[in-house]
Amino acid sequence: MSDRALAPVLDLPGSESTAARHMILNMGPQHPATHGVLRLVVELDGEVIVSVKPQIGYLHTGIEKTCEAKFYQQVVPLTDRINYLDTFSNNLCYCLAVEKLLGLEIPERAQWIRVLLTELSRLNSHLIWLGTHAMDIGALTVFLYTFREREEILRLFEAVAGQRMMASYFRIGGLSMEPPLDFFDRVQAFIRTFPEKIDEYSNLLTGNPIFINRLKGVGYLSAADAIALGVSGPPLRASGVDFDLRRDMPYSSYEKFQFQVPVSTDGDCWARYLVRLIEMRESVKIIQQALDGMPDGPVKADAPKVVLPDREKMKTQMEALIHHFKIVTEGFNVPAGEVYQGIECGHGQMGYYVVSDGSAKPYRVHMRYPSFPTLQAIETMCKGRLIADLVAVIGSIDIVLGEIDR
Amino acid sequence: MSDSISQTSAGKLQAVEQFREHPAVKALLGGNAQALTGAKFDRGELTLTVAPEEIRAACATLQAAGYNYFEDMTAVDWFPSAPRFQLSYHLLSHARKERIRVCVWLAEDDSSVESITSVWPAADFYEREVFDLFGIRFEGHPNLRRILMPDDWEGHPLRKDYPVEGYR
Repeated sequence: MSDRALAPVLDLPGSESTAARHMILNMGPQHPATHGVLRLVVELDGEVIVSVKPQIGYLHTGIEKTCEAKFYQQVVPLTDRINYLDTFSNNLCYCLAVEKLLGLEIPERAQWIRVLLTELSRLNSHLIWLGTHAMDIGALTVFLYTFREREEILRLFEAVAGQRMMASYFRIGGLSMEPPLDFFDRVQAFIRTFPEKIDEYSNLLTGNPIFINRLKGVGYLSAADAIALGVSGPPLRASGVDFDLRRDMPYSSYEKFQFQVPVSTDGDCWARYLVRLIEMRESVKIIQQALDGMPDGPVKADAPKVVLPDREKMKTQMEALIHHFKIVTEGFNVPAGEVYQGIECGHGQMGYYVVSDGSAKPYRVHMRYPSFPTLQAIETMCKGRLIADLVAVIGSIDIVLGEIDR
Repeated sequence: MSDSISQTSAGKLQAVEQFREHPAVKALLGGNAQALTGAKFDRGELTLTVAPEEIRAACATLQAAGYNYFEDMTAVDWFPSAPRFQLSYHLLSHARKERIRVCVWLAEDDSSVESITSVWPAADFYEREVFDLFGIRFEGHPNLRRILMPDDWEGHPLRKDYPVEGYR
């Protein structure tokens, strides 16, 4: 009797039973290295990854549906809660989209303060990424260092908006109010010392042989795959695609700032690490330029039917009081139409698609968040590699589950 | 908006004529001229309307014409007007630094359209999301299952006839 005939009896591994040898491993949704409630169903052949299937939706709160029941201005605080690490970018993207629908001109000072705060927000996002990514790899110290600087940034946010995380400081038509008097000095003091802090992280990690070995050559993604899978932001640039919305399709007066867009062609986790590290240095340059050239003027557009009046005017002018009452109770009508506004946030390309039917509530708000398509690329990056690399890859693509599930 | 497709066919052709020189329109007219049914330029954004059965071919044509990056895709429910669903695809050209919107209109009783996952694998999650939240089917999608809502959920929450607080 041949071996093949015996196989079913003895349960020998035959060609068709290789799939049976594979182990299905459930990773998450509460795994500490998944950066939130991400669940990955990993198929393993020994220690080698055969497939990775992300299961998402654990944080789905139906924000897009909620937006349809709110006035335009009431959506702003909802947007903060989607990507809770890069909060100002959410506000900015939504406000720009509605302002485009309204055809509003935003004063230059408001635009510059928006750029300044969005870049601080990007630093905040990158600091959390760096700390948690390094912690996943086993370098615990960096986390404590990056959170020290993050605390400084959150204090600046608190000074400007009264809130550490969910700022909702950008409003349709400008900013909620003028920043406090010492705000720019405090930003200047932070920016003066921050490049040294980046050197400090770099000293801890860039030459660290364990960190290098865990990241170099791991999670390779080619430029063609990155584009096909919708990857954007630092992972796209680390794969060799030189594209940054801030430079290539500028918004909110980004065209007035000089900065470099770091690109690497290596396409691995190490390249993503270096790209983000350089991006932090470039953000510091942008903030410095914003501080140096900060224009004077109002921080709200001259649109009394859209922008809430100043407190002082409300107490002295009947007209302002009426506008305030109208905006708060009835909202403001937005001309019918549809717009898509894309911006470059810390994780990649964010986009808001806002459809108006002419009423005071958005007919449809759809958010394009970078982590959602980037998550699809995880299988391409991990296939045929060891399971230990999976954690490095999750860290390197820098996902936020709040923005994936919305 | 629904009024853009309620135009007469002559009006549509006239609208397309205006943008004949635009590379995206040129590429679509060069392929299957019947596919393109309308064009509109509003607030600095170009919207091209494509016949539902031609969406995959149109996307492949646009990809070849330089719109290499699939950025976003979603649906809008215009209930109770007909046709009910609008699908909006946002495509980006890295070389031209330009974005276009491709729209498809679907009737409620025939809410299925060809999947574009063979053109851009990135559309996988997006089509699953639209299927999950709007109940629009994508023919040829490799894994058309719910993505954000639980598998046993009833109804499609982003439809306009679905209450904000859900069914009680």
